[in-house]
Amino acid sequence: MRYALRRLGFFILTLWVAITLNFLLPRLMPGNPALAMMAKFHNQGVTPQTLHTLEILFGVNSHQSLIGQYFGYLHQIVTFNFGTSLDEYPASVTSVIGSAIWWTVGLVGITTVLAFILGTGLGIVSAWRRGGKLDSIVPPTFVITSAIPYFWVAMVLVLVFALTLHWFPSQGGYYVTTDTPGFNLTFFQDVVNHAFLPAFALLITTIGTWILTMRNTMITTLAEDYVRMARAKGLPSWRIMLDYAARNAILPNLTGFAMSLGFVVSGAILIEYVFNYPGVGYMLLQAVSGEDYPLMQGLFLLITVTVLFAILLADILTAILDPRTRAAR
Amino acid sequence: MPELPLLEVTGLSVDYVLDQGSVRAVDDVSFTVDRGEFLGIVGESGCGKSTLLFAVAQLLSPPAVVAGGSVLFQGTNLVGLTDDQLSAVRWRDMSVVMQSAMNALNPVTSIGAQFKDAMRAHGKYSAEEITARSAEVLRMVGIDPVHLRSYPHQLSGGMRQRSMIAMALLFTPDLVIMDEPTSALDVVAQRSLMVQIKELQQTFGFAVIFVTHDMSLISHFSDRLMVMYAGQVDELGVTRQIFDKPLHPYTQGLLEAFPSIHGPRVPLKGIPGNPPSLASPPSGCRFHPRCPSAFDRCPAVTPDLYAVGGTLVRCLLHENGSPSR
Amino acid sequence: MAMPVSGVPTQTPAAQAPTGSGHHALARIGRAVRSNRKATVGTVLLLIFILIALFPGVIAHDSPTQDAYAPQLGISTAHLLGTNHYGQDLFSQLVYGTRNVLIIAFVVGLATTGIAVLIGVAAAYLGGGWDGTLNVLTDVLLVIPLFPLLIIIAAYAHGGTTLVLIAAITLTSWSYTARQLRAQALTLRNRDFLAAARVRGERQLYIIMVEVIPTMTSLIVASFLTNALYAVLFASSLQFIGLGDPNTVSWGTTLYWAENNAALQTGEPLWAIAPGACIAVLGAAFALLNYAFDEIGNPALRPVRNPRSKRA
Repeated sequence: MRYALRRLGFFILTLWVAITLNFLLPRLMPGNPALAMMAKFHNQGVTPQTLHTLEILFGVNSHQSLIGQYFGYLHQIVTFNFGTSLDEYPASVTSVIGSAIWWTVGLVGITTVLAFILGTGLGIVSAWRRGGKLDSIVPPTFVITSAIPYFWVAMVLVLVFALTLHWFPSQGGYYVTTDTPGFNLTFFQDVVNHAFLPAFALLITTIGTWILTMRNTMITTLAEDYVRMARAKGLPSWRIMLDYAARNAILPNLTGFAMSLGFVVSGAILIEYVFNYPGVGYMLLQAVSGEDYPLMQGLFLLITVTVLFAILLADILTAILDPRTRAAR
Repeated sequence: MPELPLLEVTGLSVDYVLDQGSVRAVDDVSFTVDRGEFLGIVGESGCGKSTLLFAVAQLLSPPAVVAGGSVLFQGTNLVGLTDDQLSAVRWRDMSVVMQSAMNALNPVTSIGAQFKDAMRAHGKYSAEEITARSAEVLRMVGIDPVHLRSYPHQLSGGMRQRSMIAMALLFTPDLVIMDEPTSALDVVAQRSLMVQIKELQQTFGFAVIFVTHDMSLISHFSDRLMVMYAGQVDELGVTRQIFDKPLHPYTQGLLEAFPSIHGPRVPLKGIPGNPPSLASPPSGCRFHPRCPSAFDRCPAVTPDLYAVGGTLVRCLLHENGSPSR
Repeated sequence: MAMPVSGVPTQTPAAQAPTGSGHHALARIGRAVRSNRKATVGTVLLLIFILIALFPGVIAHDSPTQDAYAPQLGISTAHLLGTNHYGQDLFSQLVYGTRNVLIIAFVVGLATTGIAVLIGVAAAYLGGGWDGTLNVLTDVLLVIPLFPLLIIIAAYAHGGTTLVLIAAITLTSWSYTARQLRAQALTLRNRDFLAAARVRGERQLYIIMVEVIPTMTSLIVASFLTNALYAVLFASSLQFIGLGDPNTVSWGTTLYWAENNAALQTGEPLWAIAPGACIAVLGAAFALLNYAFDEIGNPALRPVRNPRSKRA
């Protein structure tokens, strides 16, 4: 219980830091960048309320002190009022994000789960059969693949499989011109078709870390006395590998896995960019080039919250699997 | 007619295979253990006794390899068998108790679950049978069976150690191999644990191989004693005889290093020097650099094990007794 | 930008043997590098890149920025990688771009590792309230997704010069290393040789500088390599999406121009693929060296030759 509360406290603290960063950054940059943005909004002819919201978010034309601005800002955040998007005017930031979020959730969610399962499995087996063929190929290969930039892998895949072989489309989430979104089979097939290459790119770039760190902790765990004891008891190999070795080896990795989610997200941003895949990452980059700061802020908060949640989950999972953490004061 | 020994180790050698070459950690060790016998193995740290134990139980890990010799357990040579073949014998007939229960027990599963593992690996038992037997062995070592639900870190050191012993007795095997099970405990707990082990041994009649560096502790409990130095057997015989009349200068040094409660006060003498590096052991007799009785032939000639009365000793001073092989 | 290999510590600091004082550690590392195949390959690659960065004019004869040639030429002996859309020689661009990339890698690597050593070791030694505060700071920064944060910072700064990139990446990336170093410093704190120094009456600062930090050399070097790797990946990613200075000559900016001109689709694939390949190779060099250092620091991870006896 204590442990869960502590982690929750940390979660809230980090969230607060992210929100405050969002608040401080535009104000700290030389030549308040929001001014230029406001000028653009003016040109759009926006309503006074919209202007007011933006002023609170970015601190322009404000007669309040910094503290006053801060509390106004916090109030807005808590009421989920992130302002209006510039590029998609007059849509609100929340609604714009809503349209993109499911694409990313699908892509990143499925790929991460797959990468985790496959990666951990390969890591376990590769460590179990030390000195075997698997172990001599796997580590060097994935050491190298894990250093390859995501976007490069995406580009190579586009070049080879989309543009040269024409097996998959090179961009988009679905054929915008010919298809309309809906729960029908053609749309579904179309989505899968478009998602395959981005997902594959994300998979092969992220799986490397999981394989390697799992393998390394497995190797350390296999040297432990309790594994030797399990052998002494004459337990079947698979049970030793899973119940005694893997069960212990995975524990230090769980939180690490969640933290590397931050990297998965980063990779997703770049991959979506290369594939023009209509997810949250692509949207962020569009917002950047369009200087759509409200949208940018909203997306940043969304991404941070998601990663934080994942870490919280991993912490809870660790507590469930490792009885020693529950006993810790 | 003498009964076949329960365990017969002949010429066992263990090498650590490293990039720079092999290091022989256990050199040509032979001994037997009869049914119900308590054999103590003593020696300094690094003399190879734990490696020997693991070699007998076929629990070596790379880079350690059995480099030669045989381990006949109930007539079958264990060396070279696969894990599958060994599981027929493991735990039912031969079990192992390790030094630190904190390290030897799986930290994330309960004691009861670990007992269950061992039982299910060697036969079909119902849940009730497993629980009943687990509770029974825990009571045998003086632990309340409610602790089957506990995790290792929730028990005290002594309780952990005793639950490991309980686990080793699940099938009342013929042989229990113990690697310094008392070393991590305080002296009081050590003594009480030893007494308990001896009682259990006498009740159930299993043989024990007990490795320790603490000679005074083992002297009261073992039937026979084996003294190891630098990977070799230096003296092997009935405990009482070795204590009354130690033959090897190393054994003499060990006995002089701890005080006796009875008898006159004598100054303690240590053995000067350090144990040799096994990668390049001294020539001839390995003990000669530290030996107070060394003479000119010692660095030159490697002594065999010579039989003197019922004791085997590896020392040129006793060359008159015939070599044991 | 790719995932960290040594993202999760593979050597528990306690399992690491102290590498001894300063130059003994370096000598041992030198020996280890020569004997470990991964380390050798990594070092050779790195040295090649360093040479290219130092003497670009020797290898590439054309100016990277002059659009003096006909656009979209293919591979030829005059233009080893062809020319791009603007008629610039691609090979020269990559060669001259090496310097920018390596500067970023080394400066960020050193600065980040330096900050991490400061904070990590201070937290371990000051203990108590300081430790708690520094820890929270480190953990929070650890958890906030860095790349989106960098994007936001760079966006507000309207795309930065290389200096801005270096500053932003350095200020956000030190936390992981700080945590690792703190963990190791904590285990060392109680070791006997430090207790001996304390008993001798040495001052804390002396102990830290002369006894503790040299012992952590292996971990510090590994951290430097990791941070250099991230710096390259983060920086080129930022340049790729247009948040670097598009007029500097660097691999990331070349990629930016390629993507802007839809190089893949318009039949100039080399423009996009070649710079990415360079990043991948440099990244691989760092990663290999890092992996090799993991093995050097933790002998249990080294390649095993299965001995004659049955699988243990």
